[in-house]
Amino acid sequence: MKARERPRPAESYYGKPIIKLPVWRERDIAGYLFAGGLAAGSSVVAAGAELTARPHLARACKLCASAALGASLAALVHDLGRPARFLNMLRVFKPTSPMNMGSWLLGVYGPLNAAAAASDVLGVAPRTGRAASVGAALSGAGIASYTAALIANTAVPAWHEGYRELPFVFAGSAAAAGAGFGLLAAPLSESEPARRIALAGAVVELLCEGLLERRLGMVAETLHTGTAGRRMRAARALTAAGALGAATLARRSRLVAALSGAALVAGSAFTRFAVFAAGVASAEDPKYTVEPQRMRMREARPA
Amino acid sequence: MSDEHPLIGGSAPGAPAASADEGRAEGALTNLLLGSGEPAASAGYAQHPPRMGFFTDTSVCIGCKACEVACKEWNQVPEDGLNWTGHSHDNTGGLGADTWRHVAFIEQRVPVDAAHPPNFVRGGDEGAGAEDGFRWLMSSDVCKHCTHAACLDVCPTGAIFRTELGTVVVQQDVCNGCGYCVPACPYGVLGKREGDGRIFKCTLCYDRISVGEQPACAKACPTDSIQFGELHELRERAAGRVQALHAAGVVQARLYGHDPGDGVGGDGAFFLLLDEPEVYGLPPDPQVTTRDLPTMWRNVAFAASALLAGAAAAFAGARR
Repeated sequence: MKARERPRPAESYYGKPIIKLPVWRERDIAGYLFAGGLAAGSSVVAAGAELTARPHLARACKLCASAALGASLAALVHDLGRPARFLNMLRVFKPTSPMNMGSWLLGVYGPLNAAAAASDVLGVAPRTGRAASVGAALSGAGIASYTAALIANTAVPAWHEGYRELPFVFAGSAAAAGAGFGLLAAPLSESEPARRIALAGAVVELLCEGLLERRLGMVAETLHTGTAGRRMRAARALTAAGALGAATLARRSRLVAALSGAALVAGSAFTRFAVFAAGVASAEDPKYTVEPQRMRMREARPA
Repeated sequence: MSDEHPLIGGSAPGAPAASADEGRAEGALTNLLLGSGEPAASAGYAQHPPRMGFFTDTSVCIGCKACEVACKEWNQVPEDGLNWTGHSHDNTGGLGADTWRHVAFIEQRVPVDAAHPPNFVRGGDEGAGAEDGFRWLMSSDVCKHCTHAACLDVCPTGAIFRTELGTVVVQQDVCNGCGYCVPACPYGVLGKREGDGRIFKCTLCYDRISVGEQPACAKACPTDSIQFGELHELRERAAGRVQALHAAGVVQARLYGHDPGDGVGGDGAFFLLLDEPEVYGLPPDPQVTTRDLPTMWRNVAFAASALLAGAAAAFAGARR
């Protein structure tokens, strides 16, 4: 019978990290995780609104998506060590690199997003605009979830060990943020579907976060303590409050709808920044690399 | 993981049998992503010379740091701090953009016996006996040039590539400093150069070995702790060395990174260590993150589909 006890405290080389901490700037990349998700979620809601004659919801979400996407692209280019070489991202088509696949996806999503928003605001080419909106939703769904593969596809323990759950956390978070913005910006007469999507997204996000933490085992410490812990608690509180409002009074009260929506958007941001900080913390302490690996080696050995 | 040592069993040089079996056992998609155990062939070189690599025998390292100096000189690597770290004789810290060979020093209290070389009783230790010995473990760390290199897999610009000699190199005229490779490496090798913005690491002296020369560090090493050559030959030599050490009573001697069945498919630069890997700052069971990527993509697709389906249902079911 194998005992599932924690291995002896790992030795380390002067307590130094074994892997390298990400060199990504938090404001740029955690910011992109949030803004990209917000844009993607908004695009999905915008397409639905477009196809079901909800013009205020549609326009609000298209504009939100465009603004969030613009901010995303600026952040991504700014974070490069050689920003002038940003087009090198498209030198290859490489499925083993989520960053490469994401660059191509952004290359599709961006123009569709812009076309949908332009068509709406300028009042031209409505059918093209509608098609672009649908295209933005389809590609946007990829944008919403691929960022999970982006960070999980590293050696960072808090990110990699959660690779199964993180796509659902991020997609749920994107839905909550995008639909939350819809709740914030659209009149009650149009915001019913946004209310539902926001609620579902929040529930999925919270549930999958719980599953993620269980999966992480000892590494879940990094999501409970320090900066990441504070942010995660804020994220949970805001998302839960937003979900509660969305489930109850948001149907009847414009004010509650707006507050719920805002809470969900903020909650989504805190989630992304929490996950980012947890990753950095898990990379910094060598025990989060060594102990799970030692445990895995012990379990692999025949009894 | 196979119990059989792939080299003692006499498998074909350069084509480790254990890795081929692993490839068949894993999903076809994973194998497609990871390639076979022969990296130059997987990378598309129809004809290529034998795979070259390093065997770093830390049991004969004297901690002179000639390797660090030679590497910096040859590759024009910038100075990255004249520090007193307080970590024994290691004032370099670790591998990074500006340190491609890093000599680690570990001070240990060990018994003075055959099992714990290199050791001695320190002068001035009153009443010291066989239990009061002391030793330094010294090891020259370097990029492992993994068979399944995570840095290479994640690089979005294609800047990192596999050479015909099986080594892993960053093209500095392509790298845009996105930094993805930095946290992807399970050994913490790559770094971003300050003021430059690009990512740098050991090139295994591609310019030197392409013309039949040894890498600078191997050339400079006075004790032949750093050995350069064809990887299959180095692995055979290392297996013999470990056996000899075990026969002499050094039971803690072990090879690290030699096994094509390990989580990165074996390293092009592997080591003989005298203690656990984590004592040296090395991961005990490194994995290439790409191994889990098929599942990641699958879940990304599921999550995206669920998002679209959920949204469609929400709009379809909502009364005006």
